[in-house]
Amino acid sequence: MTELLDRLPAPSRLDDADLSLMLTIRAFELKLLDLYGRGLLHGTTHTCLGQEYVPVALRTLLDPGDHVFSNHRGHGHYLARFGDAEGLLAEIMGREGAVCGGVGGSQHIRRDRYLSTGVQGESLPVATGVALHLKRSEPGQVACVHVGDGTFGEGAVYEALNIAALWELPLLVVVENNGIAQSTPASRHLAGSIAGRAAAFGIDHRLIGTADVAEIRRVLAPLVARTRLGVPLVVEFATERLGPHSKGDDTRPADQIRRIHENGWYARYARRYPDHLDRLDAEARAYVDAVAADVTARPPSRWTPS
Amino acid sequence: MRVGEHLNAALHAVFERTPDLYLLGEDVADPYGGAFKITRGLSTRFPGRVLTTPISENAITGVAAGLALSGDRAIVEIMFGDFAALAFDQVLNFASKSVSMYGTRVPMRMVVRCPVGGGRGYGPTHSQSLQKHFVGIPHLSLYELSPFHDCEAVLDEMLSLGEPCVLFEDKVLYTRPAGLAEPPFCLAVEGGVARVFLDGPPDCVIIAPGGLAHRAMAAMRSLLVEEEITCTLLVPSRLYPFDVAALDADLPVAHVFVVEESTGGGTWGAEVAHLLHRRHWDRLAGPVTLVHSAASIIPTAAHLEREVLVDESTIHRAIRETLRG
Ligand SMILES: Cc1ncc(C[n+]2csc(CCOP(=O)(O)OP(=O)(O)O)c2C)c(N)n1
Repeated sequence: MTELLDRLPAPSRLDDADLSLMLTIRAFELKLLDLYGRGLLHGTTHTCLGQEYVPVALRTLLDPGDHVFSNHRGHGHYLARFGDAEGLLAEIMGREGAVCGGVGGSQHIRRDRYLSTGVQGESLPVATGVALHLKRSEPGQVACVHVGDGTFGEGAVYEALNIAALWELPLLVVVENNGIAQSTPASRHLAGSIAGRAAAFGIDHRLIGTADVAEIRRVLAPLVARTRLGVPLVVEFATERLGPHSKGDDTRPADQIRRIHENGWYARYARRYPDHLDRLDAEARAYVDAVAADVTARPPSRWTPS
Repeated sequence: MRVGEHLNAALHAVFERTPDLYLLGEDVADPYGGAFKITRGLSTRFPGRVLTTPISENAITGVAAGLALSGDRAIVEIMFGDFAALAFDQVLNFASKSVSMYGTRVPMRMVVRCPVGGGRGYGPTHSQSLQKHFVGIPHLSLYELSPFHDCEAVLDEMLSLGEPCVLFEDKVLYTRPAGLAEPPFCLAVEGGVARVFLDGPPDCVIIAPGGLAHRAMAAMRSLLVEEEITCTLLVPSRLYPFDVAALDADLPVAHVFVVEESTGGGTWGAEVAHLLHRRHWDRLAGPVTLVHSAASIIPTAAHLEREVLVDESTIHRAIRETLRG
């Protein structure tokens, strides 16, 4: 074990629902990579391996009236909101029962107040518009938008932050800073910091350095409550991308990936609560296996262009 | 009434009876009322729904899309149409795609208003007619302001389509009189197409968007007086998708001209010509003639700008040469 690991505080015990969800997301993503490896998936997909706890921690801070805007790395966001692994896998595989008929695939999903799209940064202005609607028509609800660190290279981000701050909109920007954008490390794409950029607009920023779900919720609950009143917030998760950017495109050295593994929430939880993890992990994997078997056997989805 | 005042009055009327309608744009608030004064009075009458914004074309178009996604309606004013290039991603990749890319139909009720065109010496970055750059996008309808169509009805049509629309407004129209065809020509508006005509079958048909109407009418008059050539002018309110069947009452005629201010190359007129060729090829005397500006940037100095842009004489010449050889 590395020195760093020894200094990390032990994770607190998760309740079954949170742990199950995190493990289901992980099993789902691993299943996708496996299906890819076997040539059963079309196109591309980006897994959230390592970052599963982010949407799970946020889950109880958001309510069904809130909007969630997801991005290219959105399976965890979707599963944390709806738990619907069948609909999501069917969407990704273009099978019957697909949430969006197989038209959107991995990156373009809309259901109720959840939407993802594939152009980096594009959703920030849109979420700002939804936040404007909410402020007027449904005060107390927020528009929550997930972005990566690399996306802070896009001008749309700043146009939106400026407007959200000026108009005092209930916009919650969740930055999943995994330190890398596709193959480019943050040291080569980000000048200054996310905190500094939020500060430039007078927007509150909170850095979350832990993967401890209970701790994250404790810290964020009062801040999200303020966002509901029209005080935009940037929450930055210092997190790690465990898997490749999309399929097999990891450019990082093997020992770095091994370290990320050892530091990750899964390995740490397994060390501290092995029985809890093993039991629920086995269940999650069995569930995802069953979903994959079921969805793979379904006929293709149908859609008519119009 | 002038076309600009007519559009302003139409916006007031639509705002009055559409409580979920927003307008976003740079400098649209009173007392300024927009760079061309088209939004004058709106922010005073409808505070909270008429919002002056930072210089952020991408974001305000995205905000409008977010409102549309929430079931509201939104109009974006792009100060000069040229800057719609900065909003192109939101139009092309978000607003129009959202109508269908989620598998079921998502209504997106929004209009992006773009003042376009030259003739006023604003120079290369403030004078373009951008229509051609937006042609052919699935679920995006293109309209053009016309002196003949009722702006309120056109706004209503765009805001109830359920698909995003771009409204191109030729800046030279704002100060032109609305609703008049100059005698001896008569005017009739039907099914989205305005028709300016003389009695009897014409020698040719001109199809042109609203911004060209006065230039086309001036050419029609000089062709009549000097050459005894009679023309019918057809002005469609919606440019894309183009309803070629709506022109059937006036076509086929042997000679058809499509006139637009766009600089040459990949134009809207080429799309219209293609549709006309498919439908009427066997009855045309030759290919539909395209009349457009030079394939050039648009210069500032008046004499240089005149050399590039379509005007009455360009139209006159094209028609005379085609009909008289
Ligand atoms: C506008 C735009 N440019 C490029 C891409 C291609 N692309 C997809 S994901 C990605 C990296 C995004 O990095 P980041 O925002 O850090 O998110 P992460 O992948 O790390 O979750 C890129 C370049 C895109 N989808 N959109």
